[in-house]
Amino acid sequence: MADDQDDIILADLDDEELVQQMFDDLYDGLREEIEESVNILLERGWQPYEILTKALVAGMTIVGQDFRDGILFVPEVLLAANAMKGGMAILKPLLVETGAPKQGKMVIGTVKGDIHDIGKNLVAMMMEGAGFEVIDLGINNAVDSYLDALESEKPDILGMSALLTTTMPYMKVVIDTLIEKGVRDDYIVLVGGAPLNEEFGRAIGADAYCRDAAVAVETAKSYVARKHNQAAMRA
Amino acid sequence: MTDALSRLLATRDWLMADGATGTNLFNMGLTSGDAPEMWNEEHPDRITKLYKSAVDAGSDIFLTNSFGGNASRLKLHGAEKRARELSRISAELGRNVADKSGRTVVVAGSVGPTGEIFAPMGPLTHAVAVEIFHEQAEGLKEGGADVLWVETISAPEEYRAAAEAFALAGMPWCGTMSFDTAGRTMMGTTSAAMVEMVEALPNPPLGFGANCGTGASDLLRTVLGFAAQGTERPIIAKGNAGIPKYHDGHIHYDGTPELMAEYAVLARDAGARIIGGCCGTMPDHLAHMREALETRPRGARPTLDLITEKLGAFSSAGDGTGEDTAAPRRSRRSIKRDG
Repeated sequence: MADDQDDIILADLDDEELVQQMFDDLYDGLREEIEESVNILLERGWQPYEILTKALVAGMTIVGQDFRDGILFVPEVLLAANAMKGGMAILKPLLVETGAPKQGKMVIGTVKGDIHDIGKNLVAMMMEGAGFEVIDLGINNAVDSYLDALESEKPDILGMSALLTTTMPYMKVVIDTLIEKGVRDDYIVLVGGAPLNEEFGRAIGADAYCRDAAVAVETAKSYVARKHNQAAMRA
Repeated sequence: MTDALSRLLATRDWLMADGATGTNLFNMGLTSGDAPEMWNEEHPDRITKLYKSAVDAGSDIFLTNSFGGNASRLKLHGAEKRARELSRISAELGRNVADKSGRTVVVAGSVGPTGEIFAPMGPLTHAVAVEIFHEQAEGLKEGGADVLWVETISAPEEYRAAAEAFALAGMPWCGTMSFDTAGRTMMGTTSAAMVEMVEALPNPPLGFGANCGTGASDLLRTVLGFAAQGTERPIIAKGNAGIPKYHDGHIHYDGTPELMAEYAVLARDAGARIIGGCCGTMPDHLAHMREALETRPRGARPTLDLITEKLGAFSSAGDGTGEDTAAPRRSRRSIKRDG
């Protein structure tokens, strides 16, 4: 069996088979195979946006579901996200050129005192995989770092992550500062991290707590859609 | 068998470890985002008080205030060059408290994760990880720690790196992992896989087990998973006092002292020999745990149903050790290839 699998010639597959194979290759974190497949689809005349949504985003959705359900764990998801990034690197300039629609924009960072950025990186990669523009502030962000980024980037969403009991209250410090400045409602605030829970997210004034990267993407999509609907109603 | 922990284990059926460090320090005025390790130098009185509160509540073992005291973590606070020194002070303060207690109390030098991901997916190499852990280990040793105690680890690679560093420092040690994702560690390690890894180490720990994670119920399921492997090595259970809630600017864990007393007895019945708490476990919880361990008779190994009845539901249906694991949605070509 193993030998049969290795001998797959990607270019010999028809479109439908190739997309199915890409789902498998994303699942397995095979970056070179994904890059090759993206190039094949481009040669066959697929629009960059089509490849993004029908192959990469759809494939990462499966990865996200199995991560959510405790079938895949962080190492596998990091590999999958790395493969997706390979494909994205090819598509990104083409997406800009062709004016493909954007889902929205997110500023994300781990709070002050917290070095853990595994979950945050996963969210950033999955959000990119879902078509969002992501500005990643990295680890150890004080209030000012978030404020500066919000002002210069004007995102739809602010994402904050914390992995320690000693750092998670800092999310409230950031949200309280946003309230003080009267800009809290300009953003959708999503929080996440191992020690958090839904009630904690509500208590500190976030819009939602996201259990994992897959949930973060779903939540972000629904909040952005809601925001757009509200904007349309006002217009 | 010269270290204090081995001596206690040889004479006692169970030992009680300590509770939370972070949650307690918050109550003493630590600000979120600041490095607790700075207090070893700035507020030695408060750290001494923290240690003493655990000892007074009946702990046989307490962990030093050095969880984030490695170079990788201290770097966030511009203090990466102070890892050895701050770790040393944390142990010196602990040594002092233990020596004045009038009984044998074990000073366990706490070592937390680096926070970095191992290569190839992340930047951390085995050699660098060993170096980071070794530096901290030497500091804790100089300060008079009886044993070293690595905790909240997710990656087996990191656990092994810590073990190697502790061998370089010539110190006995314990090590726990955090099982917070569907009953496994964030990196996918099951309780059964941890036992296998621990037993394969050239310098295995005096005790191993689980800390933090999600609630007390999940932690006990993990302990049952360890025990099912038939290990003779002492098992450590350090569970959180419920889940965190936010009240009036404070983090509060919702597990009551009574609940943690139930947890302690169930942990012992499940096979743990070293029992303590993690986040949210305050001196009052510890006192209740100690009292329960001393007064309640040993029971049969608890079933999963009994655990949920006494402590609440699990966070996930399975923990990856049984037949109940769901099937992957796609084939795994790379695994077949490796195989």
